[in-house]
Amino acid sequence: MAIRWFHWVNFPVLFAMIWSGLLIYWANDVYRVGWGSTTLLKFFPESFYQRFAIGQRLAEGMAWHFALMWIFAINGVGYVLYTALSGEWRHLLPGKSTLKEAFQVVLHDLRIRKQPLPRAKFNGAQRLAYTSVIVMGLGSLLTGLAIYKPIQLAWLGSPLGRIAESAGFNATGYEVARWLHFWLTIGFVMFFLVHVAQVMRAGWNNFRAMITGYEIVREVKPDQSTLEPMP
Amino acid sequence: MSEINGNDQVDMPVPQETKSALQSTVDADAEVERQMRQLSRRSFLWSAVAIGAGYGGVRWLNSRRAEDGIPWPLRRALQTNEALARDLFDRSRLAPTFAATRIDPLRANGDIGLDADFDASQWQLNIEGASGETQSVTLAQIKALPQAEMITELKCIEGWAAVVRWTGARLSDFIAKYPPPTNSGKAFDAQNLADLPGYVGLATPDGAYYVGLEMEASLHPQTLLCYAMNGQALRPEHGAPLRLAIPVKYGIKSIKRIGTLTYTNMRPADYWAERGYDYHAGH
Repeated sequence: MAIRWFHWVNFPVLFAMIWSGLLIYWANDVYRVGWGSTTLLKFFPESFYQRFAIGQRLAEGMAWHFALMWIFAINGVGYVLYTALSGEWRHLLPGKSTLKEAFQVVLHDLRIRKQPLPRAKFNGAQRLAYTSVIVMGLGSLLTGLAIYKPIQLAWLGSPLGRIAESAGFNATGYEVARWLHFWLTIGFVMFFLVHVAQVMRAGWNNFRAMITGYEIVREVKPDQSTLEPMP
Repeated sequence: MSEINGNDQVDMPVPQETKSALQSTVDADAEVERQMRQLSRRSFLWSAVAIGAGYGGVRWLNSRRAEDGIPWPLRRALQTNEALARDLFDRSRLAPTFAATRIDPLRANGDIGLDADFDASQWQLNIEGASGETQSVTLAQIKALPQAEMITELKCIEGWAAVVRWTGARLSDFIAKYPPPTNSGKAFDAQNLADLPGYVGLATPDGAYYVGLEMEASLHPQTLLCYAMNGQALRPEHGAPLRLAIPVKYGIKSIKRIGTLTYTNMRPADYWAERGYDYHAGH
């Protein structure tokens, strides 16, 4: 029940954070995938900005971003507290066998492994994905704060600068924080794409369960269906 | 979910049983399906209401009266953030400084208030709202204040940043030398913020560009009135003869070619804060 609330509050808020983040990013859109003078992918092509009317809206983007950041952060902290206190974390945190299991899930999903996977509330790949995305959320929150209040919270950004410097990059902590903040966002989009694809594969009963909180479960004994409440 | 992982659902073979037992299973299944349909209908209706409310909420918000460039509910949110940040502001936290090898070329980004017909030789800084007799100071008088130098990062609100060496007088030294009146009438004390005017306003000589600073940000030890940049006299496009360098705030607050400095308890007008940005723009 609580998990569904956290999830469905987060979905539109994260979407709006990414959208307002794009309005901000547009003002200095320097990131790309490539090396030297070769660019494979520029973030973002002009057509992308035009298609979604992103240009010249920096102030508007910042206003939305700095209003919704509260909901994003409070909802995220609430989720972590809830899973920690309720014991739900046992189903979500990766364990010793998670990596091996996740590998089997990937093989299964790629149709390489033929046998069905062992039943569990969350399989290894899900444990990894759902835990990583929370760590990413924390990363977005911290790097966001490092850009938002770069002097008062310089202790957040400065270590990043020292790491970059020792790795031979001429970047300040503030610049690294902005870079990370951007790539974490791309990470969320990637997560979203895989997540939606997997939800579609999992089928209607599963998706309906995330909406209603109930899933039809066919029991082995006494071989009839029951409605099982979601935690 | 209690046990099944959707995509891995395996059809269990129905054991060979009597027809009536099978019939009761079918009935139970039908009942479950009926309950589920009811639950789904309820949940999806609520979902539809939530989506509608969200869409309507955004439309409502975007159509609110604009207050300084953004709908007023968003302006309230920014003001709440500002009030919180102002309470948490600590003057002793310094902007990171860098080695001289890290200095970047600085682009001249913004020329509002930098009209060409300007005679730097006639320039003086006008002071408004000071407690003493002084109403204007010359560049020589500012250079007579203790010289401060720092290599800090100028962060543009657009998202880029550059490391710059700034040379000038601390605004805090300037304020101590030409202090504002105190509320109590006692002598100026930089530590007693409550007794000082809340703000310092700065504007270009033609008044085209203007910024407002909280007194505590003005008194930050790294807030400089600069007359030199990267070891050379300030160039016109960078705000000669005197500009502000305030690393605790984004670059929009580092006003070029300062003409007037005003002490005030009324929050001064701020060029970009009137155009949708938050008043603090940094910290």
